[in-house]
Amino acid sequence: MAESKPITKNVDWMVVLIYIACLIIGWVNIYAAVYNPETQTSMFDLSNNAGKQLMWIGTAALLIICILVIDYKFYETFSFVIYAVVIFLLVVVLFAGSNINGSRSWIKLGAFSLQPAEFSKLAISLAISKYLSDPAISLNRKLKDYYPIMGIIALPAFLILLSNETGSMLVFASFAIVLYREGMPGFIPAIGIIGAALLIITLLFVKWYIAGAIVVIAGLVIWLMPVMTRRRGGLWATIIVALIMIGIVFGVDFFMNNVLQKHQRGRIMVLLDPDSDPRGIGWNVIQSKIAIGSGGMTGKGFLQGTQTKFDFVPEQSTDFIFCTVGEEHGFLGTAVVVFLFIALISRLVVLAERQRSRFARVYGYCVAGIIFFHFMVNIGMTIGLMPVIGIPLPFFSYGGSSLWSFSLLLFIFLKIDAQRPFTLSRG
Amino acid sequence: MLESRRFVIIGFFALVGVIYLLRLFYLQVLDESYSIESSSNSIKRVTEIPFRGQIYDRYGKLIVYNTPVYDLLVTPNRVRMDDTLRFCQVLGIERRDFDSLMAAASAYSRVKPSLFLRQLSKEDFASIQDIMVDYSGFEFAKSSLRTYTAPTLANTLGYVSEITKGQLEKQEEPYYRQGDYIGQSGIERIYENELRGKRGTKFVMQNVAGVYKGPWKSGELDTMAVAGENLYTGLDLEVQQYADSLMLNKVGSVVAIEPKTGQIISMVSAPTYDPNSLASRYFSKNFAALARNPYKPLFNRPVMASYRPGSTFKLIQALIGLQEGVITPGSGFTHANCPVGCHNHPATSTVALGVTHSCNPYFYNVFRRLIYKNNIKNTFKASAVGLDAWHDDIAKFGIGQRLGIDLPSEYKGNLPDKKYYDRFYGEYRWKFSNIYSLSIGEGELLITPLKMANVAAIIANRGYFYTPHVIHGVGDKKSVKPEFLERHETGVEAHNFEPVIEGMIGAVEAGTARRSKVEGITIAGKTGTSQNKRGDDHSIFIAFAPVEDPKIAIAVFVENAGAGGSAAAPIANLIIEKYLSRKVTNKALEERMMKLDLMSKVVLPTTKKPAETETKKKTEEVKKPTGDPNDPANRVPGTPHPANPAAMRGPVSLPKQRQ
Repeated sequence: MAESKPITKNVDWMVVLIYIACLIIGWVNIYAAVYNPETQTSMFDLSNNAGKQLMWIGTAALLIICILVIDYKFYETFSFVIYAVVIFLLVVVLFAGSNINGSRSWIKLGAFSLQPAEFSKLAISLAISKYLSDPAISLNRKLKDYYPIMGIIALPAFLILLSNETGSMLVFASFAIVLYREGMPGFIPAIGIIGAALLIITLLFVKWYIAGAIVVIAGLVIWLMPVMTRRRGGLWATIIVALIMIGIVFGVDFFMNNVLQKHQRGRIMVLLDPDSDPRGIGWNVIQSKIAIGSGGMTGKGFLQGTQTKFDFVPEQSTDFIFCTVGEEHGFLGTAVVVFLFIALISRLVVLAERQRSRFARVYGYCVAGIIFFHFMVNIGMTIGLMPVIGIPLPFFSYGGSSLWSFSLLLFIFLKIDAQRPFTLSRG
Repeated sequence: MLESRRFVIIGFFALVGVIYLLRLFYLQVLDESYSIESSSNSIKRVTEIPFRGQIYDRYGKLIVYNTPVYDLLVTPNRVRMDDTLRFCQVLGIERRDFDSLMAAASAYSRVKPSLFLRQLSKEDFASIQDIMVDYSGFEFAKSSLRTYTAPTLANTLGYVSEITKGQLEKQEEPYYRQGDYIGQSGIERIYENELRGKRGTKFVMQNVAGVYKGPWKSGELDTMAVAGENLYTGLDLEVQQYADSLMLNKVGSVVAIEPKTGQIISMVSAPTYDPNSLASRYFSKNFAALARNPYKPLFNRPVMASYRPGSTFKLIQALIGLQEGVITPGSGFTHANCPVGCHNHPATSTVALGVTHSCNPYFYNVFRRLIYKNNIKNTFKASAVGLDAWHDDIAKFGIGQRLGIDLPSEYKGNLPDKKYYDRFYGEYRWKFSNIYSLSIGEGELLITPLKMANVAAIIANRGYFYTPHVIHGVGDKKSVKPEFLERHETGVEAHNFEPVIEGMIGAVEAGTARRSKVEGITIAGKTGTSQNKRGDDHSIFIAFAPVEDPKIAIAVFVENAGAGGSAAAPIANLIIEKYLSRKVTNKALEERMMKLDLMSKVVLPTTKKPAETETKKKTEEVKKPTGDPNDPANRVPGTPHPANPAAMRGPVSLPKQRQ
């Protein structure tokens, strides 16, 4: 075996470079976000978030070295063990966690605090990959093959829900992408997307109009389908789908008022009309949009932002770090960030597709999906396209736990990918 | 084919990316509404500091208010200075001060304004305002200064100063910022949250040159500053200043309480200083001088100083004795078989006479009966049980407890119980004969002047008290803190107070305090002579008046003044008369007390812990030149003493200097 070849030869440098670029841009913007012209502290000062983030980056580098040194088979072999450890931590945090901002999700060890929920993504990814690495498992034929996957996701999701960290739980929706790739019928994600779209549309327009529109579309489908496809069997299916959609439309009120909690309902309402609660939940959205919008084409310049200072935008260095980019570096800055993310995710999909083992491919898609979901929700909420869900922007947001978990997630995949030439295909 | 799904997935990713880019392009480039504040304008947050609440006396007279002052700020890179000398003359500073201030400002920032001179008065401001036009780079910022209508009550009111680094880091919710002012002691500290008001925030637009361009978003996000709440005290400013003048050149305390409500009428901590001296530009200089002063004018003696109560404690002994039934109003004791000495006085055949003549053996016997008031044969065990029962009774008078006054650093005092003596002697290794000095208020007992004033109030009320407090109304509603409206019972029945009060009247009429009685007012009082290791006894007197309908209860402590009747009793009675009839008849006594100078008798606590011999030597040294302190004829007023610079006497008035 040629495994003694230096890892540097085989690791995908494009991903590594994007990773480093994200870290540096993120760190500089954290500094800008916490920068106070009245008490100027250095970027390296450990008393501010930028200094601390540098420390986190340093420790993440050590972590990466460890990952690259450990044998690649470790992750596959011990994936369920890692999963069990994270579950254990999630249970521990319920009892021993310190309460920060109303969610009991941090384990405090001296000055150091850890958020196990952040690592649950990694654990689920490994566990799902391991489970799907069995070639007998088929997602497009057997319903019972879904049950273990449901279990793998539901257990940590339930524990995270108990610790009141809904944002981290929603990230698990990203596993739909990998399941789709592995054979889940396309109508399932389609239903999800159509359901969400209906929810939004229903809140915006009069229900009877929407119901009418659905009936018209269904009629068109029934009328046109035989002409287009020369098939007749779609009649009942179309009627049932149309009825379900109408049911959703009229069920929205019940869902909004009885299923969602007050703050969650508020976040959705604000998404539709930020001015409905400008001093409350709408504040974040309005301020964040003003900050990004005021950046213009080229931005106000490094440290020259005014909106992201003075606490206009809350959580400037964590969840709303993208505002600082938008304000100080303008459209050019934000476009670079969006490009970096799309490039990273696309590259990950390409890497995943070239894997020979199903474990590696599934894991690669998990990583791509998770990063994509964070990117979509985080940036989406700062520009008013997504409800406010407090999840970090990978590699950018301030915070040790999230930086560590994303670095682990990414570099475990890079390590597995680097070993690809020596891996036997299993299907 | 599942592999082809990768294109769907990548397509979806790309779609989201494109939507986001379009949205960003729209928000940042196309939509102008978000960039009203174009990059050349910046928004500045201006904090508006509200006025602190004012403080009033019991008749609505103002005690503390705010004076607007002006801070002079400098922006170094904009300074154009043709005639530095004239500039310095105008501001009254030296050339080198100017240089160092400019250097400090430049070191901070060359482009941002920093403090140049702090707190210029309105007059100073008016006189230099016109001239300052000639010098660019300087601007004024309005701020305010605590101002006191009278040079009194310094320790009670406390002072306000810039927040310290430690306080800044320790605050629970991040409210204060560097350079903010915060109440550091006294009322200013305890009622900081009420007094400080609510800071306002204004967002204003400035262009690159820092020129004001109007409010941002027409002030939509601004919050108004809300002035702090006013505080209403029970203090009587006139009586307070009168008490100050009587305590001039003495070390000690006066605490006067309205018994029916617990409101503090007057609170003197002598020597004191002019509170205005700590509310000026010269704060640090003046504060350093006060901190260095060997008489510790910053030490709030009424609540922080510890003394032995001496004979004033006999009142509580008598009350507990009557309540517990170990004596009756007619009980009498002689000097026979008693280890404590006494002076020559008529026979004490009743409780009242025992109090009047402050007979030591009398209360030795009362205490003995209290301690042995149980059926335990073993005297060691009996003493232990008896002391704890006694401790609990006394504790109800607030002795050995924090009363909960609204002033910081209240001293708890010491009221020994079984555990306390067990630590010294071991369990059941001590008995009454080891602790009998408690009977006459000596030994391990420690109290504060405030506690003894409260005892006087309890006796005036015949059995209960309200927690003494300075502030009897917060804000426009004049709301009183609920804990100050709660009546505390002592468990001694009202009828048991009468014999004791009779004895106290006797003490003022014909007993230990007879020399200071006031015509026309029935005062019930009790002298005390508190022994202390350093120097002469402390003179103590507690009293209340008028007996029929008590309006004032008072405790006066004068350090190293000898017997209670010599200094404390006259001062207390003069204050009572002043408070009740607003005038003083015994002008000779008043003059004698005002002129009495005891500073030379006070043994200064050395800053470091002195060696035993050194302290003794010093004590002797102090005692030598004074002779009999009680006879003013023997004294040359203002005798200078090596350790007593004349400048530090009485209210320390620090000259206003300009650096």
